[in-house]
Amino acid sequence: MKDFMNELRKEQVLKIIKEKGATKENLLTILLTIQEASGRNYVHREWAKWVAEELGLPLSKVYDVLTFYAMFSTKPRGKYVLEICHSAPCHVAKSAAVVQMFTEELGIKMGETTADNLFTLQYTSCVGACDIGPVVKIGEKVYGNLTRDKVAQIIQTYREGASCLN
Amino acid sequence: MQKMAKTKNKLVTVTINGEQITVPAGTTILEAAKQAGFKIPTLCHHPDLKPRATCRLCLVEVKGQRRLQTACNTPVREGNEIITNSAEVREARKTILELILADHPQDCLKCSRNQNCELQKLADEYQIRENPFVVSAKNLPLEDSNPAIVRDMNKCVKCGRCVEVCQEIQQVGAINTANRSLAYGISTAFEEELADSTCTYCGQCVTVCPVGALKEKDDTARVWQALNNPELHVVVQTAPAVRVALGEEFGQKPGSITTGKMIAALKRLGFAKVFDTNFTADLTIIEESRELLKRLKDKGDLPLLTSCSPGWINFIEKMYPELLKHVSTCKSPQQMFGALAKTYYADKAQIPAEKIFVVSIMPCTAKKYECTRPEMKSSGYQDVDVVLTTRELAQMIKQSGLDFAALPEAEYDEPFGVSTGAATIFGATGGVMEAALRTVYETVAGKTLEDLDFKMVRGLDGIKEATVDLAGKKVKVAVANGLGNAKILLEMIKAGKCKYHFIEIMACPGGCIGGGGQPFGATKADKEKRLESLYAIDKKSKLRKSHENLAVTQVYDDFLRKTLDIYAHELLHTYYSDRKH
Repeated sequence: MKDFMNELRKEQVLKIIKEKGATKENLLTILLTIQEASGRNYVHREWAKWVAEELGLPLSKVYDVLTFYAMFSTKPRGKYVLEICHSAPCHVAKSAAVVQMFTEELGIKMGETTADNLFTLQYTSCVGACDIGPVVKIGEKVYGNLTRDKVAQIIQTYREGASCLN
Repeated sequence: MQKMAKTKNKLVTVTINGEQITVPAGTTILEAAKQAGFKIPTLCHHPDLKPRATCRLCLVEVKGQRRLQTACNTPVREGNEIITNSAEVREARKTILELILADHPQDCLKCSRNQNCELQKLADEYQIRENPFVVSAKNLPLEDSNPAIVRDMNKCVKCGRCVEVCQEIQQVGAINTANRSLAYGISTAFEEELADSTCTYCGQCVTVCPVGALKEKDDTARVWQALNNPELHVVVQTAPAVRVALGEEFGQKPGSITTGKMIAALKRLGFAKVFDTNFTADLTIIEESRELLKRLKDKGDLPLLTSCSPGWINFIEKMYPELLKHVSTCKSPQQMFGALAKTYYADKAQIPAEKIFVVSIMPCTAKKYECTRPEMKSSGYQDVDVVLTTRELAQMIKQSGLDFAALPEAEYDEPFGVSTGAATIFGATGGVMEAALRTVYETVAGKTLEDLDFKMVRGLDGIKEATVDLAGKKVKVAVANGLGNAKILLEMIKAGKCKYHFIEIMACPGGCIGGGGQPFGATKADKEKRLESLYAIDKKSKLRKSHENLAVTQVYDDFLRKTLDIYAHELLHTYYSDRKH
């Protein structure tokens, strides 16, 4: 039942809120930090409730924000969310092939998470790196000019837990 | 003063469909057009709520503007030439309606709002026959797991009126917009059920819903079943606010007083006895006045907060449980009635309590929840069996084929038929306070109150206050209607800055006359008419003070004083629970 306890304790959430400042303007950055700290790239209802209480907002308003922005998830995702761009320039640069590479490499479909909870595959809109399309965005990093080898290498690097420079 | 006069004088002259009209600056195109005699269709707009301009049906042409403008939130500007009904405008509105309907179930016949639906009316006005768009009906599950409110999100047109009342007016925050694009809709936080949310069942969302997406739980079948059961003695009580609103369901003007016809209708529906909740409203005043005087004398928890409104009780239990000690322990009149019906009345009429079936007609959706609370069984049975809203009663009357207007005037039955004007005004914001003050004053001062009208606590203002001199002691009172206003007073108490001794709170704006179970479509002006009628009944009443109700005195003499104190207390008083959300 209390699955979320494994990921973030109340003190951790309260600490994030305190660090960012418990005001309504900081809602987005608080939620993003919580999502990142969760290790599973999501915001659990209970954490959102603590945020709502501290910021003096109804939980329904926090939920509105969480469901409005595509960057948030209210369901657990992998440690790494691989966002493949499907806007026009990447589409022309054959992003569909990239999708196939990732799904084959990881053995999951778009929107799914690998069994080891390491990777989630999803689409993103343009990230502004059209010159190196097709691209995938992982956290703050963007990887371009993707080929089958590159895709395998990226996954390997993340599997090994090391960060990978472009 | 000068500045005010200046703003007041600022007028704007515009032309609407060729007619010149001068209106105060800031008037919306919608309002100006209405004054000029042109109706602009609306769906998301509600006259008592902030415009959201989400439905786009009120589009009009403004000369010089490239695009059509939304009339509901665009103020007129000097010299505007506005056309509200050109071919282009009509075509745009029709397309918008077709798009809304493409995302709406096509099952009007099965809908509770059939023939009373704002979308259906518009579809008729614009003669939508064939829809060029593919109708993609959703198949979302119905939420009907709580006793009060049913949500059918398949029918939602996403106008946002419910969100506006829940978030802004009531500040309950149970429902909000969520998701976006095709998935955009109205939702509770994390799609939880209303029972698990902050929802108070006040039903204000239901009263503003233009379609059948939000409604009360229909309990008419249970009442028909009881009425058809020869084993049961089915009695009914009617709340004060129902009598001044029921007529609207039968085409009468808002505020029409229909007490006599309503009683006649109930008798013809087959109720064995028709009683008045006003009777136990008088009883509430006796109990609550005692409680107030005791708390004043013993320096108990002040301010004392009233407890008649079940939406308000849900609100404080879920949002401010730390302040529950301030709430009067008196049950609401509905629940006092139920408890007495299955004890005092059962004895008197010599009918076993288990054979008595108590139905309430209430202007309220939260009352449906209140009667199911586990502690509301002090008679040994569920004290009130079923609660019907004003709308549901109207439905039963229509089903019975009764010609409401032609009904004779009938009277309430004994022993719960006598009541005072003080009880009648329970249905109005400030009414419980005024009724209590009349009784408290005479109890403390020991002399007759000359001017019975406490006008300071009347009217639709959100928060009203007054100071009353009770034999030298100045008692400060306040009245709040609408939970957003209640919140302001609760924050004051929490901060230790509350100067009041006694506060009346009603969950719904206007009090019970504006309840979640009242006829659809009422605006502030209509609610004012209902209020006026309650005060008119009070003014005409022979008895206007609760302590003058001799039938209530008789209940004390014949029954309550003869039973154990602790039992009498249990019948009339209750307790609350911390249900912090």
